[in-house]
Amino acid sequence: MIEYFLEQGSTYAASVDGLVNLIGALVGFWFLASLGAFLYLIFRFRKKGNSKAQYVTGYEKHESRWVHWPHHLILVCDVFIVIGAVQVWIDVKQTLPEEPRAERVRIISQQWAWTFVHAGPDGKLDTADDIPMIDELHVEVNKPYIYELSSLDVLHDFSVPIFRLKQDAVPGRVITGWFEPTITGEYDIQCAEICGIGHGLMPGRIFIESPQKHAAWQAQQAPTTLAATTQ
Amino acid sequence: MATAEVATHHDDLHHHDEGFVKKYLWSTDHKMICFQYMITGIAMALIGGFFAYAFRMQLAFPGMEVPLWGVVTPADYNALVTNHGTIMIFWVAMPVLIAAFGNYLIPLMIGCDDMVFPKINRLSYQIFLLSALVLLSSFFVEGGAFGGAWTAYPPLSSTAKYSLTPLGSTIWVIAVALEFIAFLLGGINFITTAMNSRAPGMKLYDVPIVVWFIVIASILFMASVGPLIAGAIMLLFDQNLGTGFFNPDKGGDPVLWQHLFWFFGHPEVYVVLLPAIGITAEIITVFARKKLFAYRTVLNTAIATGVLSFTVWAHHQFVSGIDPRMAHVFSITTLLISVPIAEMIFVYIATLYGGSITLNTPMLWALAFIGEFLIGGVTGIFLGASGADIYFHDTYFVLAHFHYTFFPIAIIATFAGITYWWPKMTGKMMNDTLGKIHFWGTIIPFNFIFIPLFVLGVAGQHRRIYNYEHFPDLAVDWMYDLRVMATVALLVMIAFQVVFFFNVFISLRNGKKAGNNPWKANTLEWVAPSPPGHGNFEELPTVYRGPYEYSHPDREEDYWPQNEPA
Repeated sequence: MIEYFLEQGSTYAASVDGLVNLIGALVGFWFLASLGAFLYLIFRFRKKGNSKAQYVTGYEKHESRWVHWPHHLILVCDVFIVIGAVQVWIDVKQTLPEEPRAERVRIISQQWAWTFVHAGPDGKLDTADDIPMIDELHVEVNKPYIYELSSLDVLHDFSVPIFRLKQDAVPGRVITGWFEPTITGEYDIQCAEICGIGHGLMPGRIFIESPQKHAAWQAQQAPTTLAATTQ
Repeated sequence: MATAEVATHHDDLHHHDEGFVKKYLWSTDHKMICFQYMITGIAMALIGGFFAYAFRMQLAFPGMEVPLWGVVTPADYNALVTNHGTIMIFWVAMPVLIAAFGNYLIPLMIGCDDMVFPKINRLSYQIFLLSALVLLSSFFVEGGAFGGAWTAYPPLSSTAKYSLTPLGSTIWVIAVALEFIAFLLGGINFITTAMNSRAPGMKLYDVPIVVWFIVIASILFMASVGPLIAGAIMLLFDQNLGTGFFNPDKGGDPVLWQHLFWFFGHPEVYVVLLPAIGITAEIITVFARKKLFAYRTVLNTAIATGVLSFTVWAHHQFVSGIDPRMAHVFSITTLLISVPIAEMIFVYIATLYGGSITLNTPMLWALAFIGEFLIGGVTGIFLGASGADIYFHDTYFVLAHFHYTFFPIAIIATFAGITYWWPKMTGKMMNDTLGKIHFWGTIIPFNFIFIPLFVLGVAGQHRRIYNYEHFPDLAVDWMYDLRVMATVALLVMIAFQVVFFFNVFISLRNGKKAGNNPWKANTLEWVAPSPPGHGNFEELPTVYRGPYEYSHPDREEDYWPQNEPA
C-alpha cells in the first residue's frame, strides 16, 4: 500500500511495506468476510409478514462453532503478524550497522529547528571538519548511517517517510538508530511529535546524493565550517 | 437511606410539583441526572464539533478567514486540536455513554427505584459541570488554551516557556482531574447499585448486557485512573512548584508520564466502547426479535478484553524511546486483544441469523455501529504490530483509525441509544423518516471524512500540522483535494445534525404517545410508565427470566417480558 504513494528509500523500507501488505491481506480478508456475512444476514432475515424469528441460544456445539472457529483462525493470523512485526522491528530498531563502514551523524532537535552535524570528509564526528547544518541533512546513497538523536527542550520525532523511519527525540537522552539510503533525491524530514506552536514550522529536508556529488558538497562546505570552528 | 428518600419522592410526585431548581438543577433522581449529563455532553459535543470545523477549514483552505472563528494561527490550531480531542473523549463520550446512559438505564433495567447513593450521584454531576466550565475558561485566560495535544506529553505540558500557555496548561490538568473525580463518584454508584439493588429473582446472568458492560467499564475506569491522577498531580507540581518529575535536568523522565497516561488511556478506549457495544446488544435483539447469541460468551469476551486492556498500553509508545525489546511484548498482547473483540463482533453478527429484522432508526444506528467499528478494529492491527507502527505512528492513519472507533462509540451508539430509549425518556415517539434522513446524512459524510484521511496517512501525512505548505512532499494537489473532500464532508455532516434537533423538537411538541412498551421489548425499563416518575415503577417488578427471550417456541407472542410470571 505505502509503496504506491511513496518511494522505498532505505534498505528496510521494503520490509516495512511487506509487513503492512501482509497485515492488509489478512485483515482485509477478515473485514470482507465479516462485512459480507453481516450484510447478507441483514438482507436475508429482514422482516417478512408475520413470520416468527428463530430461537437460537448460541450454546449448542453446531451453533457456537460459527463463532469459535473463526476466533481460533484469527489467533493463527495474529501469530503470522507478530512474527512479521518482530522481524521488521529487530531489523530497524535493534540492530546497528558496523563501523567504520557506517558513518555517524548527530541530530539535535529543538523548538523549532533541526541541527544535523555531519562527520565531514574524515567520516568522524567531533573533529575539525564536522559540518553542522540547520534543517538540511546530506547523506550518501548506499551508505549506512548511525544517528545519535537528542533534544534540547521538548519531545520531537525524527521522521523520514521514504525511509519508513520514526524515532522520538527525548531530552536528557541520546538515542541511536540507523538507516541506509538506497535512492538519490531530495525528500521531507518531519517532526512527528507535537512540540509547541511551531510544530508545523519544523520541516527538514534530506538530500541523498551520489558519492561524487556528496564529496562535492563536502568540499563546498569546508571553508565556511573551518571559519566557524576557528572563531 | 434510599428507600426513605423514595417514599418522600413518591409523595412529591403525587401531591405537588417541586420548584424548578429542585426539579431540574438540584435533583437526586437518576433520570434527571441522566438528562443533565446528556444535555451537557451534547452541548460539549457542539463545541468540540465547532473546533473540528475551524481546524478542518484551515487544513482545506490554509490561511482563510474561517467564518465564526477568524484566521487560525498556529497557536489557535494547536489549542483547537488539543481541546477537540480532550472534549470529545472526556466531556462527550464519557458523560453521555457512561454517566447518562448508566444513570438512566441501571436502576430501570435492574428494577429498582434509584441509585443507592443519590446524593453522591448529584455531586458527581455538579463536579462534572464544574470541570467543563473550568476547561472552557482556559480559552479566555492570558496565553490562551493549552495546545500540547490531548495526551499532554511533558516537557511541553510541564514547562511554560515551551508551551507558551502558562495558565492554559494548568487549567487543562485541573479540569481533567476534576472530571475524573466526577466519574469515580458515578462509578461507585453504578457498581454498587447493580450489585445490590437488583429486582427479586434477577440473577447475575439475567442482567441486561448494557448494564453489565457499564459496570465492567466503571471497574476498568476505577482500576486504571489511579496512575493518571498521580501523574496529573506530578504534572501540576512540575508546572507550578518547580518539581522535576518529568524534567531530565532535575533527574526526572518525560517518558514516565507517557506510561502513566497510556496505562489509563488504553483501558479508557474500552471504558467507552463497552457501554456503546452494550447499547447495540439491546437494540439488535429487540429489532431482530432474537435471543442474544451466547450471552455468557459475550460477557466473557468483555471481561477478557477488559483484563487484556491493562497490558497493552505501550503500543502507543513503540517509537517513544522505551527499551526496544519491550515492543515485542506489547505487540503480542495488543494482537491478542483482537481475539475477544473479534469474537464479540462475530456473536453480534450471529445474533442476526434467523431473525426477523426491522430496519427502523435505532436499528440502523446499531447496525452501523457494528459495520463502522469493524473498520476501526481491523485498522488497529496495523498499529499494534510494532514493525508497521514505525511508519504509521503519528500519521493520519492513526487519526482515521481511532475516529473509526470513537465516532461509532461517541456518536453512532449515542444516537442509537437516544432514538431507542427516547419513547421511554419522554413518553413520545420520534419521527422515523426524519430519523432515517438524519442517519444517512450522518453516516455517509462520516465515511467521506475519514477514508480520505486514511489515504493521506498512508501517504505519510503527519498529525497536528496547521499548514502543510512547508512540507513539499505533502503540499501536492491531490493531497489538498483529499483535505478539501474531508472538510466538505464534515460541513455536510454538521448540517444534517439540524434534522436531529428538529426531530427532537417536533417529537416533544406533537409526537405520538409512546405507551409503556412501544418496541415490545423484554427488559424491565419497558414495564415502567413512559416517562417514569420518581421511584420509577408503580410496583417494583420481580424477575422470572433472562432479558433476551424473544421468539420463544413455547409462546404465541414473540417477546416475553422479564417480569411476567411463567
